[in-house]
Amino acid sequence: MDRWQKMQERSGNALPDDLPQALAAEGAHGPVIHAVNRAAGLAGVTVGARVVDMRALCPALRVEFADPEGDRAALDRLALWARRWCPWTIADDWGPAGTAGGSHGLILDTTGSDHLWGGEAAMLAVMEADLSAQGLSARLALAPTWGAAWALARFGPVRAICAPTAPLPVAALRLDGETVLLLNRLGLRTIGHLADLPRLSLARRFPRGAPVQNPLIRLDQLTGHLPEPVSAPDAPPVFRSDARLAEPILDPSHHLPGLCAGLCEQLAKARHGARRLRLTVYRTDGEISRIEAACAQPSRDPAHLAFLFRDRLERINPGFGFDLISLEAPATEALAARQADLAGEPDSGQDLSQLVDRLTARFGRTALAQVQPVASHIPERSETRIPPLAAPPAVRPRSAERPQRLFDHPEEIGVLHTVPEGPPAQFQWRRRSYRVARYQGPERIAPEWWQDKPGTRLRDYFKVEDTEGHRFWLYREGRADDGRGGAPRWFLHGIFA
Amino acid sequence: MASFPLTQARRAGLPAQRAGATLAEVFPAPGAEAAAAGFVMAQLGPGSGAVLWIQDRQARRETGRPFLAGFHRPLMLLHLSRPLDVMIAAEEGAQCRALAAVVAEIRGDPPAVDFTAMKRLALRAEAVGVPCWLIRQAATANLSAARDRWRISSLPSAAHPDDPRAPGAPRWRAELFRSRDRRPGDWVVCHDPGTADRLDLVAAVPDGPLAEDAGTVGQRAAR
Repeated sequence: MDRWQKMQERSGNALPDDLPQALAAEGAHGPVIHAVNRAAGLAGVTVGARVVDMRALCPALRVEFADPEGDRAALDRLALWARRWCPWTIADDWGPAGTAGGSHGLILDTTGSDHLWGGEAAMLAVMEADLSAQGLSARLALAPTWGAAWALARFGPVRAICAPTAPLPVAALRLDGETVLLLNRLGLRTIGHLADLPRLSLARRFPRGAPVQNPLIRLDQLTGHLPEPVSAPDAPPVFRSDARLAEPILDPSHHLPGLCAGLCEQLAKARHGARRLRLTVYRTDGEISRIEAACAQPSRDPAHLAFLFRDRLERINPGFGFDLISLEAPATEALAARQADLAGEPDSGQDLSQLVDRLTARFGRTALAQVQPVASHIPERSETRIPPLAAPPAVRPRSAERPQRLFDHPEEIGVLHTVPEGPPAQFQWRRRSYRVARYQGPERIAPEWWQDKPGTRLRDYFKVEDTEGHRFWLYREGRADDGRGGAPRWFLHGIFA
Repeated sequence: MASFPLTQARRAGLPAQRAGATLAEVFPAPGAEAAAAGFVMAQLGPGSGAVLWIQDRQARRETGRPFLAGFHRPLMLLHLSRPLDVMIAAEEGAQCRALAAVVAEIRGDPPAVDFTAMKRLALRAEAVGVPCWLIRQAATANLSAARDRWRISSLPSAAHPDDPRAPGAPRWRAELFRSRDRRPGDWVVCHDPGTADRLDLVAAVPDGPLAEDAGTVGQRAAR
């Protein structure tokens, strides 16, 4: 919810805090509430309820759809950001939907780090302050085990430190909804009740199962009888090479090959290839300017990477010169060493991707496109422009005869015909008249009701040939008596070879 | 015009082979721009290699864009606004072995399309082995470094096998007016884009021994 609020504020259309707002996710019976803001929570909107029910409860509720993948990625980034407090941090997004306080969280193993922040209580205060400076609200708790910290953060008091866990509800054990319901039906409402039972009867009642269904395992994890270490993922490596200059210069082009070679050496060591590159120059007057380049496929070829910047260096405004140039690769992908084939020729696919990079770097991202067939009979919808190398090019089996040239916008023509619904006898296009000698058609293409506006007229396509051998693809839009506008108009849509 | 031995006709109609890939220019007659595109694609033949098709803005506005359903090859379209960019992009494309061909369409006689640029393009295409076709719409055939230069105009199409009122397989008049290593000539080309994908070449002004069967001599272009 906080992330969404920040996004809205960044795009400038955030609503005031006191209006009820909620995020929805797809549920089994229609959308369900995924997260709510404070005003909506006060109005009685509960997480996990259906959106329609909550609309009835709170008519002013404003609902947007949630972005779980984006949340997950943001949480991962936040986990790396949280390494400022302690070295072992992971994003923990386990949790049944509808858990009080949300299912997402961060787990920080602060062993040996708390004294650096002046004790445990002071560390929690610092964390909360820093997170709220980021625009995030957080509930923090500190406990000896992962399970206890999870439970306290969601069900305990504010900034709890090693509080007794006995009075917490069994939902604090990280169990799934069915098991919690079962335990409640058995009369076991709190963790204390569960811990009082003899282990043997619990083990008999829950013999097997994943930890989320087995309260005994979760209880042991909570008390520390079962180890649950925090295995923090490695931070992604940063690929960056710098050129520090003794004197400010105005033209970075002489340093670019060296920077690329340094970066590619790092990439080769990590077996990565760069997908995006960013060249940053730090000017002596404190300004920073950047240019970015992108690769269609990961690459660590210094000459190729340098080429991508070749004509764009002049876009840098050097001011009074700059004394630090840095080339970094913000996005990389794993790239194993490539072997040339037996004939000693380089890989042709790599060749193509380098061509795509060069053309894209020079002429912009929209100029180059690969054409991909689409299942549609409407000619302008039967192909789509996709980014090159996005998918393997597929050749569609041949269908009806189609022209070799198509106009982006069909051009209206004036037509003389002998039979009202028949083919044209003569037509005028671009101030020249053509006399039709032969024709083929009509081929009727109906509008696609699932995406066309109501009232779209059908098209009758004719392939006509004039007396000099020019072949055109014309269509008549609509019929005279279809009740969708006036007399049908004629358009020229394509030219045959 | 002298008679054409059949071998000559067949050789002239051969699609540009990998080994002999070079730069060729096509000058369509007014109104035959689509015919030139069809002729080039017919010369390339069907295949799985991608064709890089570069168009400048004028050509796209006047004669439309290549339509995928009309071709039987993967297409990569590059839309540019300046003819100079088209030449630069064609030169980039001619360096890429993975491409089946590079086709560049330029309208008019811009100063960017000069002898030097074409010479560079021809040398690139021959060194790497990517056939490169330059379709010069509404242009005059000035000094050029292209190895083959064609003039294409539309002819009334062949008879439709099923419908006498309908246009059939397209026919063009192809004139090879300058060539480095073959004899220039003038042909009527009939392209059958059906299952056979035949390209029939008939000498346009037949005489001598070929005169009597000029309408039937069709050479299947070997590919």
